[in-house]
Amino acid sequence: MRVLPYGDRALLAEFDSLELALGAHAAWSAAPAPGVIELVPGARTVLVRIDPEVIGLGHAEYWLREHGVTALDLPAGDTITLPVIYDGDDLDVVAAAWGCSVDAVAQRHAEVEWVCAFIGFTAGFGYLVPVGAARLPAVPRRATSRSRVPAGSIALAADYCGVYPRASAGGWQLIGRTDAVLWDAERDPPALVAPGTRVRFTEVQA
Amino acid sequence: MSVVRVIEPGALTLVHDLGRPGLARWGLSASGAFDRAAHRLANRLVGNPDTAAALECLLGGLRLGLPAGTWFAVTGARGETALLGADGRRLRVEPHTAVLVEADAELQLGPVTHGLRTTVALRGGIEVDPVLGSRSRDTLAALGPEPLRAGDELPIGPAPATPVPAADLVPIDAPADGVVELGVRPGPRLDWFTDDAWRVLLSSEWVTSARSDRTGVRLEGAALERRAHLAGVELASEGMLWGSIQVSPDGAPTVLGPDHPVTGGYPVIAVVVDGSLDLLAQLRPGQRVRVRLATGRY
Repeated sequence: MRVLPYGDRALLAEFDSLELALGAHAAWSAAPAPGVIELVPGARTVLVRIDPEVIGLGHAEYWLREHGVTALDLPAGDTITLPVIYDGDDLDVVAAAWGCSVDAVAQRHAEVEWVCAFIGFTAGFGYLVPVGAARLPAVPRRATSRSRVPAGSIALAADYCGVYPRASAGGWQLIGRTDAVLWDAERDPPALVAPGTRVRFTEVQA
Repeated sequence: MSVVRVIEPGALTLVHDLGRPGLARWGLSASGAFDRAAHRLANRLVGNPDTAAALECLLGGLRLGLPAGTWFAVTGARGETALLGADGRRLRVEPHTAVLVEADAELQLGPVTHGLRTTVALRGGIEVDPVLGSRSRDTLAALGPEPLRAGDELPIGPAPATPVPAADLVPIDAPADGVVELGVRPGPRLDWFTDDAWRVLLSSEWVTSARSDRTGVRLEGAALERRAHLAGVELASEGMLWGSIQVSPDGAPTVLGPDHPVTGGYPVIAVVVDGSLDLLAQLRPGQRVRVRLATGRY
């Protein structure tokens, strides 16, 4: 773990792998030090926001190191299952990247157990990665973004999978759609996925 | 329950309290009043708790119908402000003062002349329904109370137990018109940039871009160059803060605002210290900015 400076009220803990970052996020979140306000996981990092009135940056760094994480196991979060109609416009691009037939994309995607590593892009948009060491081949981003991707679209980019919580612009490759509501501000919690949530996809017919 | 009527919202007027911190796990930044000092002061002047919701008006032009008996205070950006009575009487409204509306009247904010965002607090607060614990409009997530429109009627909450404090004069300067100095501390990816980039950041004069909003304030000027071996390298997404100075691949810095994305993929060279964040809210397009290294504990 490297601890990088982040201004006057945060530190950035950087790890060699996503699993270590997620493990640290889970461990630190379970019993945060007084003055640690928020822990924001990233792809290989955890941003640690502190209240400098309560804990100094030096003490916060000491606390992070004292509670260092060695476990490589991903934290066991809730598991949700999303029904998917695999009829996305970019199935052929994904099939080419994965070296399989267009029909096999759905099966390969649904076989994987995914876990939400971090949230980014927009509220409720989880970056999902496969649980365990086996990674699917990386999928290129689209050369030009679509100006409108419908809500519920399931998409791939690099080795991430994501589900668009609402209609927005987007540059990921679309493989299907779900009618599950990923984000609803009236709901508690509003987001279906949060860091650590495990996600299973099951194929349904249109 | 009394209501405030929106006659004219101006360019953009939003409802804000101090935001909804702690929801990054769902992809939400805290949002909340951009000029927090102005927000707190306006609330205190009318005896509200700091957490009461007030209005944040961009560039002025806001016109509100206020019922008799309403206390209000105007802080933040300066512009000519007046209270127009039904009898045609026009009363000049001083900034940083609690004012009692004696008979139904129209509050008019003229164009801003110093700063950018004016805060209007009403005693009792704007009591629209909270969303996820806050009455703030998050412009990035499109969450919380909609921007004000002409004809809207916003509920005013019951008067708090605390009285309107007796404060005749709150001597606070108007937002600066000249060069604004932002204090920064090193960011996590300072080592992605050339030694020269750090010197350029701290020694050059920057210009506030017109393409700035609550998500981020763009600074125009020199390009902050990456070290040669990191040119074109993509940074794995990592957590962002209000005040993070992100540098896009073309070398242009953007200081993130209260509605920033929770994670981002551009390297953060430096972070604006907490004590300088309110200044960002009042930077006018074209206004000059200098960045200095903040020292001390925080």
